[in-house]
Amino acid sequence: MSTTEIERQWTSRLRKSVVAKLPPDKMLPDTQPAYVASWIYVFGVTTMAALFVVIVTGCILAIDGPVWWHSSSLGHFVNSMHLWAVEIFFFAMVVHLWGKFSMAAWRGGRSLTWVTGAVTFLASILAGFTGYVSQTNFDSQWIATQAKDGINSTGGGAFFNVLNLGQMLMWHIVLLPIAAVVLTGLHVVMVRIKGVVPPFEEKSSEVSA
Amino acid sequence: MSQGWGLGALVNLDHYGHYLNWHFISISVSNLTVMVLMVVTFVVALFAPFPGRRNRRGSK
Ligand code: HEM
Repeated sequence: MSTTEIERQWTSRLRKSVVAKLPPDKMLPDTQPAYVASWIYVFGVTTMAALFVVIVTGCILAIDGPVWWHSSSLGHFVNSMHLWAVEIFFFAMVVHLWGKFSMAAWRGGRSLTWVTGAVTFLASILAGFTGYVSQTNFDSQWIATQAKDGINSTGGGAFFNVLNLGQMLMWHIVLLPIAAVVLTGLHVVMVRIKGVVPPFEEKSSEVSA
Repeated sequence: MSQGWGLGALVNLDHYGHYLNWHFISISVSNLTVMVLMVVTFVVALFAPFPGRRNRRGSK
């Protein structure tokens, strides 16, 4: 094969464009700008860590299923880990979102970072709702019968039936986790490609003080 | 159920929720607590000193 032929391969072209957009030292940088040394920057990675625990405990719940998590103390424990990791996940995500809003972190071509974050938020809310109706107890039955009226008033009930436990469980443990993980991946890759947004310029009168 | 275990829950959550009502606004104490904690965490995260950070105005 000639060199031009090799260069025209889709594998070569893909590798070159990926490496040009996101070279390894940008993907995993050694240092960050001084202004990143603030607690407010800790909440993105806290959200990610909580998401990791949510997924791992969810996989453990899936092994033995509802009867196990309702009736054994270990099942209760893993169920609680799953719930409380979700609480930390949303808590940290909201503080993260307020932090990024206060910095207007969509500046400088970072709109896709903001948008992927916002869509992850929406997907996570759906994951939370489908989780509540997947509990398989009286609580989930009550929530589902309340939610069906809301969804039916939008016309969405024809496609998304909250009383259909099979459908809700599939969304909760397959589709929405995939969406949340893929979107989070894109979100973090966008942050790495663009680098952390610089702070607003200080006014000159403040600098001389 | 499995009460009396080592740490257990710091707060007993095994009861019906408490609700606060004001005109048409109805909110559970737990939701309000989470919201207040989020605001507090946000403010603390902005102003609490980060370990290892050099003074912003000092050496520059
Ligand atoms: C699953 C949920 C989310 C995860 C795991 C996540 C994770 C992260 C991480 C690790 C960073 C880089 C470190 C940092 O600045 O904290 C980041 C940055 C960012 N996030 Fe999120 N995030 C999530 C949701 C959101 C939401 C809901 C928004 C806003 C709608 C958002 C907007 C941003 C923006 C604009 C940046 C870029 C900051 C910059 O360039 O300085 N994120 N995110």
